[in-house]
Amino acid sequence: MKSAIVVFPGSNREKDAEAALTEITGTPPVMVWHRDTELPKVDLVLVPGGFSYGDYLRCGAIAAHSPILREVKARADQGMAVLGICNGFQIITEAGLLPGVLQQNAGLKFVCRNVNLRVETSQSLFTSRYEKGQVLSIPVAHHEGNYYADEKTLDELESRDQVAFRYCAPDGSLDPSHNPNGSQRAIAGVFNRTKNVLGLMPHPENAIRELLGSTDGRGLFKAMAEALAA
Amino acid sequence: MSAVAAKITPNTIAEHGLTSEEYDLILEIMGREPSMTELGIFSVMWSEHCSYKSSRVHLKKLPTKAPWVIQGPGENAGVIDIGDGQAAIFKMESHNHPSFIEPYQGAATGVGGIMRDVFTMGARPIANLNALRFGAPDDPKTKHLVSGVVAGIGGYGNCMGVPTVGGEVNFHPSYNGNILVNAMTVGLADTDKIFYSAAAGLGNPVIYVGAKTGRDGIHGATMASAEFNEDSEEKRPTVQVGDPFTEKLLLEACLELMATDAIVAIQDMGAAGLTSSSVEMSSKGGLGLELDLDKVPVRETGMTAYEIMLSESQERMLMVLKPQAMAQARAIFEKWELDFAEIGVLTDTGHLVLKKNGKVEADMPVAPLVDKAPVYQRPWVPTPPQPVITANQVPAPQDLMAVLKQLVAAPDLASKRWVWEQYDHLVMGHTVQRPGGDAAVVLIPAGKGGAVGKKALAMSSDCTPRYCQADPKTGGAQAVAESWRNLTAVGARPLAVTDNMNFGNPQRPEIMGQFALAIEGMAEACIALDYPVVSGNVSLYNETNGKGILPTPTIGGVGVIADVTKSPKVAFKSAGDSIYLIGETAGWLGCSVFLREIHGREEGAPPPVDLAAERRNGDFVRNLIERGLITACHDVSDGGTLVALAEMAMASGIGADLLARPKESPDHAFWFGEDQARYVLTVRQADVAVLELQAKEIGIAFRYLGKTGGTDLTLAGAGAISVSELKSAHEAFFPKLMGASK
Repeated sequence: MKSAIVVFPGSNREKDAEAALTEITGTPPVMVWHRDTELPKVDLVLVPGGFSYGDYLRCGAIAAHSPILREVKARADQGMAVLGICNGFQIITEAGLLPGVLQQNAGLKFVCRNVNLRVETSQSLFTSRYEKGQVLSIPVAHHEGNYYADEKTLDELESRDQVAFRYCAPDGSLDPSHNPNGSQRAIAGVFNRTKNVLGLMPHPENAIRELLGSTDGRGLFKAMAEALAA
Repeated sequence: MSAVAAKITPNTIAEHGLTSEEYDLILEIMGREPSMTELGIFSVMWSEHCSYKSSRVHLKKLPTKAPWVIQGPGENAGVIDIGDGQAAIFKMESHNHPSFIEPYQGAATGVGGIMRDVFTMGARPIANLNALRFGAPDDPKTKHLVSGVVAGIGGYGNCMGVPTVGGEVNFHPSYNGNILVNAMTVGLADTDKIFYSAAAGLGNPVIYVGAKTGRDGIHGATMASAEFNEDSEEKRPTVQVGDPFTEKLLLEACLELMATDAIVAIQDMGAAGLTSSSVEMSSKGGLGLELDLDKVPVRETGMTAYEIMLSESQERMLMVLKPQAMAQARAIFEKWELDFAEIGVLTDTGHLVLKKNGKVEADMPVAPLVDKAPVYQRPWVPTPPQPVITANQVPAPQDLMAVLKQLVAAPDLASKRWVWEQYDHLVMGHTVQRPGGDAAVVLIPAGKGGAVGKKALAMSSDCTPRYCQADPKTGGAQAVAESWRNLTAVGARPLAVTDNMNFGNPQRPEIMGQFALAIEGMAEACIALDYPVVSGNVSLYNETNGKGILPTPTIGGVGVIADVTKSPKVAFKSAGDSIYLIGETAGWLGCSVFLREIHGREEGAPPPVDLAAERRNGDFVRNLIERGLITACHDVSDGGTLVALAEMAMASGIGADLLARPKESPDHAFWFGEDQARYVLTVRQADVAVLELQAKEIGIAFRYLGKTGGTDLTLAGAGAISVSELKSAHEAFFPKLMGASK
């Protein structure tokens, strides 16, 4: 699998993502600067976490209008896989690749901790290595991760199997006390309709080593590498 | 304030924080009356903050050398060799006064400033820590200050993408009017790629990069050198405003430029901004420097030379570049969309010459400005000794477990989760020990350009101000010893420290006595433990309306771990492990948390520090860790042995069955005494014999305490308490104080 990571001024988890892709897929990603107008020939584009453009105006809003994002969007429309993590989720949502918006956390504070994530579907190139209903331990680190969409959109997401992950209790049950940011229906990650685009707030790239607390993120990278193997 | 028309009066001199004797010295150096800009420059360079005029004679007593020290105090940060061609570069610095006046921006710019100090030297920051001390929890300002400071630290560090991995948070009424915000950054560099600030090369260009200069923070350094009173709130305009996004760009641009060989010298603009950076560079290089202030990027119109030189706008750097590398350097800064301006040139005059609108605004000799800065031998008196408090002078508690529950819920011992969950402690993907352990542990590559493997850095921040208040010398030694012990408890070899000396008004002999004696104690401990001081910061005048803070010499320690897979955590690892207490227990209750929280008594002499025992016990524990024998380890400090055990249980959810205390030692003294040089650790049943044999062979005091297991902490003869009940009490304090829902 060939991959690229888009780097914006203010991105700060691009190296974490680079390390995870390199280690798990065996091929280092190409780092693409935000002012570039062309993407290399790749199977996956990862939009990393951070504070692109300082989160000025609104998280992800400026990055969504950068030259490279137009290219990412065009290629995604042709079926290329796109993974947006944290700020990357905010960016691709702002760019219209995914429905909904990420609002400020309900607790009004930045939150960094491991959360329990319930896998909602294994029917995707990102989640095929997980079982539906499996509970993962993966960290979040954000101030604006409160997923919001109107009821109709949420119903559509559910009926089309577009919800990838939900925040849950350790036993997999949904419980508001285990929702770190107040997201609607505890949604932590969503796909586009064709499921070649995934956006999620938690950081699977920070859950790839036992020494660092969890290896539950590895499955996501492995699944992509398998599905997108040349 | 105009540089042209203003006339210097005794009032102007006083407003600049200068004494009439200091002004006479200025007249002597200049040979004439200074211009207002020149007076401003003298004022900030000779402020306590920049000149260390009260502390210098004492700081000299600290050991600063070791074979692994590459750069000691005097540069932007200290540098130590950590093997494999790698260096750790680190420093701690206070931002106390600004954080009290404007907590969010004060704390944020403190974090920004210390990170700049570290990346100026060529290191990528890999970890931040911070030591915070607030007033009493029920003081009306405390909640607002905690909320703002924590958000500010998170706001800046999170955006920079540098994990905030550890620190301390304490409360005491002495900080009601003067909180402490001490920020520490640790960076990683190659030993052959370290950058210094000494200017060199006559005719070389002087370059300004980063953010534009505004009118914020003018005279911040002078403010930090005076006491507070009721009017302190009016000083808000002297607090700087931070922009972490710009600093993130500045970090990446500087590191990109540092990978080339374009840079001759580099210095960040911190306290006293363009003034101190230009004076530092030229004085260290023995060269003159001429600046055209019209070329300084400014964000406001009509700024005078005085304002440009004294502004403390953030996210700025001054560099001397090789002329042939200018185009390459400019391209890098343009890529990162940062200002890049050639504002001056190095000269052979030995003078700092400032021009604005074609007019010379300042022309002053640099050497005397630095070398003749006043140094004071302030009079000091020793702190009167406090009586030793014996166990029979303190009533024994009826219910040990109820006392334990009360202690783990007390503000200083309660869980700080509410704080550190607001910090991104995981970014960069190398955090092994998250906040809440004895020391933070962060993976580093195994050598230059190597992959991340088993090598790690350990870091901690420590001070027990109540000990320093009762006996500054013992307290100073204890702060160093505890730092060394915390690093040892995670299996690290402690290498060096940075110190952040927070004290009251040095013009009061009793305060100066605290300072002088704390340094003496620190020096003794640093020498005994081979743990030199490589950088630091002094913050004096931490008082409001004449009342000083507890003396607080915060110690930031750094050590290296060769094989992080053997590094134990505080949490009990599994049921059935044997628990040992390492070190002598006399049952010292003076100055203890137990005495303060349970009996409301803040009194007595602090526990003595036996540096030989500290070293012996620590080396013993580290050796066992390196051999892979230790399954969990925790240093014994605030609250004593039973609190340490409770912390190990709460971190894991695993309980313990504990034997009764020895007959000769009363319960409260044995379980809550704060004797030093002690560790609680666990080993597998199979390794018990090895531990005991080894301890006996080298004469280490140890005591078998019991076994891990179950979900209760059970103490023979004293009953039991469930770990979950302890944990609820432990987690309750911060959310309740801050009014959070969870």
